[in-house]
Amino acid sequence: MTDMADTARHKGSLLVQDARTVKRNRAEARFKMYGIAAITIGMLMLAILLVTIIGRGAGAFQQTFITLDVPLLEDKLDKNGNRDLADIKKVSTFGYAPLMRTAFEEKVAAIGIETKLSGKDMANLLSKDAAATLRDFVLSDPSQIGQTVSFTFLAQSRVDGYLKDRVDRDNIANDKNISAEQLDLVDALIEAGSIEKKFNLSFITGADASDARPEAAGMGVSMIGSFFMMLVVLALALPIGVAASIYLEEFAPKNWITDIIEVNISNLAAVPSIVFGILGLAVFINYMHLPNSAPLVGGLVLTLMTLPTIIISTRASLKSVPPSIRDAALGVGASKMQSVFHHVLPLAAPGILTGTIIGLAQALGETAPLLLIGMVGFIASNPPDSIAEGLMSPNSAMPAQIYEWAKRADPAFYERAWGGIIILLVFLITMNAIAVLLRRRFERRW
Amino acid sequence: MTELFNSISTPVLILAVLALAVLGYLTIRARAIASGGGDARVLHSLPSYYGYNAAMFIAVPALLVLALWLLIQPMLVQNAVIDTLPAESIAEGASVNLLMSDVRRVADGLETLVAQGVMTTRETLTLDTKTTDLRAVLADVGVAVGAQIEAPVLAAAQKYRNLSTTADAWRTAIVLVLALGGFALAFRMTAPSFRARNAVEAGIKAVLIIAASLAILTTVGIVLSMLFESINFFRLHDWRDFFLGSSWAPNFRGDSNLSILPLLWGTLYISFIALLVAVPIGLFAAIYLSEYAGPKVRAVAKPLLEILAGIPTIVYGLFALLTVGPFLVSVFGRGDNGMLGVDWMSGATSVLTAGLVMGIMLIPFVSSLSDDIINAVPQSMRDGSFGLGATHSETVRQVILPAALPGIVGAILLAASRAIGETMIVVLGAGAIARISGNPFEAMTTITTRIVSQLTGDTDFASPETLVAFALGLTLFVLTLGLNVLALYIVRKYREQYE
Repeated sequence: MTDMADTARHKGSLLVQDARTVKRNRAEARFKMYGIAAITIGMLMLAILLVTIIGRGAGAFQQTFITLDVPLLEDKLDKNGNRDLADIKKVSTFGYAPLMRTAFEEKVAAIGIETKLSGKDMANLLSKDAAATLRDFVLSDPSQIGQTVSFTFLAQSRVDGYLKDRVDRDNIANDKNISAEQLDLVDALIEAGSIEKKFNLSFITGADASDARPEAAGMGVSMIGSFFMMLVVLALALPIGVAASIYLEEFAPKNWITDIIEVNISNLAAVPSIVFGILGLAVFINYMHLPNSAPLVGGLVLTLMTLPTIIISTRASLKSVPPSIRDAALGVGASKMQSVFHHVLPLAAPGILTGTIIGLAQALGETAPLLLIGMVGFIASNPPDSIAEGLMSPNSAMPAQIYEWAKRADPAFYERAWGGIIILLVFLITMNAIAVLLRRRFERRW
Repeated sequence: MTELFNSISTPVLILAVLALAVLGYLTIRARAIASGGGDARVLHSLPSYYGYNAAMFIAVPALLVLALWLLIQPMLVQNAVIDTLPAESIAEGASVNLLMSDVRRVADGLETLVAQGVMTTRETLTLDTKTTDLRAVLADVGVAVGAQIEAPVLAAAQKYRNLSTTADAWRTAIVLVLALGGFALAFRMTAPSFRARNAVEAGIKAVLIIAASLAILTTVGIVLSMLFESINFFRLHDWRDFFLGSSWAPNFRGDSNLSILPLLWGTLYISFIALLVAVPIGLFAAIYLSEYAGPKVRAVAKPLLEILAGIPTIVYGLFALLTVGPFLVSVFGRGDNGMLGVDWMSGATSVLTAGLVMGIMLIPFVSSLSDDIINAVPQSMRDGSFGLGATHSETVRQVILPAALPGIVGAILLAASRAIGETMIVVLGAGAIARISGNPFEAMTTITTRIVSQLTGDTDFASPETLVAFALGLTLFVLTLGLNVLALYIVRKYREQYE
């Protein structure tokens, strides 16, 4: 009996593992460990990424402000004394600089700080934006001239960096924007409560600022640019995507033309985004002469990019509507078109919406094509006045703005880039959360 | 008559056509009900279908012609004007395109002059560059013209404006006639026996077909836009240098070395490192999630991993430039102050920086695609292997992976195509120096980075230094398309095996 012979050859007990089994079990455990390690690495990377973003970006939402009592001297701001707005407007920001110098000197004297700094050096602690802020205030309310008004100015970026530990006394030797004496003054002013870090709303609502004023730069205007682009994408990609999906899913005959369309769509989904940027530059700007840097062009390019995503998800949700619905509609005399538009489409709507939101989120974070159609490299200072202007006038977009800041080799702008990423991610997370909620709330299993 | 039609701007024209369509809907619907003697049951279709049919007849041909006309008119007018330009007026080193943009600007300026009432149309036609300083006049109304306006340019601009206004007038007239004609036609067709629903549905179907073919149009647009400019590039630059040369040194004074090879090397090297990171991690993650993990772990880990794919690439770019790059420098650089005490790396941007970060980005691509493919392997194969006494890992290695191999190869190819086309990470993380070198700590540059740098800022579409971006783009497109088609082919072929 061969069976007997085999069992006889297998010496040892089943309860004791032999060397080969031990080896195999070790290999098994090792293999499983590799899998756990891979997942852990992935999670770890995500955690590092998020911690980095929040750790380095949270600072952008706080800004250092200096409080000063500024005497709005009549002989400097309104020589004729008649409060005529046209006259007051003639005083440029340079005319306001002496006021701030005196204000600073008085402040320092009032607190009783000994310093060798001149008034000009003291005023340098303020942002280059400060004079413009003051001027805007005076222009909006000329009756304040002659009085002393308490103001909260942005501090310049080195002071801000000092409070945020980005600038320290060791590395300012070659920095012509700040000196050790100035930092001494800053320390004294912090003690006196005149310099403090506060929440900075203008980072969220404001416009980008020039290279010399990182403290004044904000995301607001580029957010509007992104908003208008998303408007274009939504207005074009959703109807076109849904129409294309309905045709392909419900009407298209099986022939070579449909095959070509299908292959095209799946390939377009994988074309590098920068290629869409080249298309936008060549077709929309060079051929059609649409304005450079306009959110309309950005929106058109992103539409072409998002269409495949929307088509693929719409087709999936159309497919999930059971044929019995169509048959029932056809059975009571509806045409094919009516069965689709009156019955299938409403039932597929939640899925379509989910796909659209995810497509929009993808488009919102896309940067590369925007670089080619010129949505970087300039400062759009004012929010647009009308919808038409919002679509046609040059603007930036959130990711392009972040890229712009990342390129400026100044740590103060890096902080703003990270801060911008936080804002961008908040939008993306919100959109994805809405998509998930929609799916949970309305998804129907047939 | 021309003046009257020209006073109607395009948006107003569109609004007029749409208003006419609404009017058509209402009147024809009423007429349909009336033609049935007030009884909707004798009509073939619901009354609203008659109305929709009328609106369709009014708006669709008119707006379609308008759109086509808007697309084609600038081209035809431009060609007509170029023919009249004397050859010698094209300055040394400039191109027809540059001159035409001048002509267009002057023509726009003349338009503004007329619009603001500074001149009448007749006066603009009798302008003379010798007697009037047109540049100053235009500057007064806020139109900035770069150079002094030469007589031929002015003549061309006058012709341009002339042709444009005439064409605009014809356009408005024809669009309105079409809309009214549609109205009349729909009016005549409306009778109880007319199958309005079928007509409307045929129209809707046509719209659906057009929407679906937009995908083809986009692809054609991509290929043509890049092909034409690439052909222009190869006219100006030797193709042998582009494909076979060894150095990339654009020089805007001309005589540049524009070879794709160093860029291709940088692209492939970075993609290779990215795949070296992403493939093992992604594959093992997929195996663990599909074979070992319980439903709870899976429900948490899979979406978390996929967040990595949803993060915009600009975030990864910044992460590479400001976090990973400096970290790598502190490990592999700074000589004795560094962690390893070596001095291999000097700047934050390098092949390794970009490759590592891109690898992180690609993990979810590899893992979720492989996950699907591993799940598609029939359970019977696993059961058979377990029945023979294999451990779980032996089953995975000797049964599941070989069965899933084609699909996994497809997934890796898709990830590779993604890596080759990735832009923001390499723009910020890889550096700008084109070279062929094996050292991963050096900065290198990629195809996508060069496309961005050649096409941003002031671009002159007559110089090979700008046009090369289109040739690079076309190469990139062909490369990624090839990888995608291959990957899809492999995946599809494999799926059929088990279905």
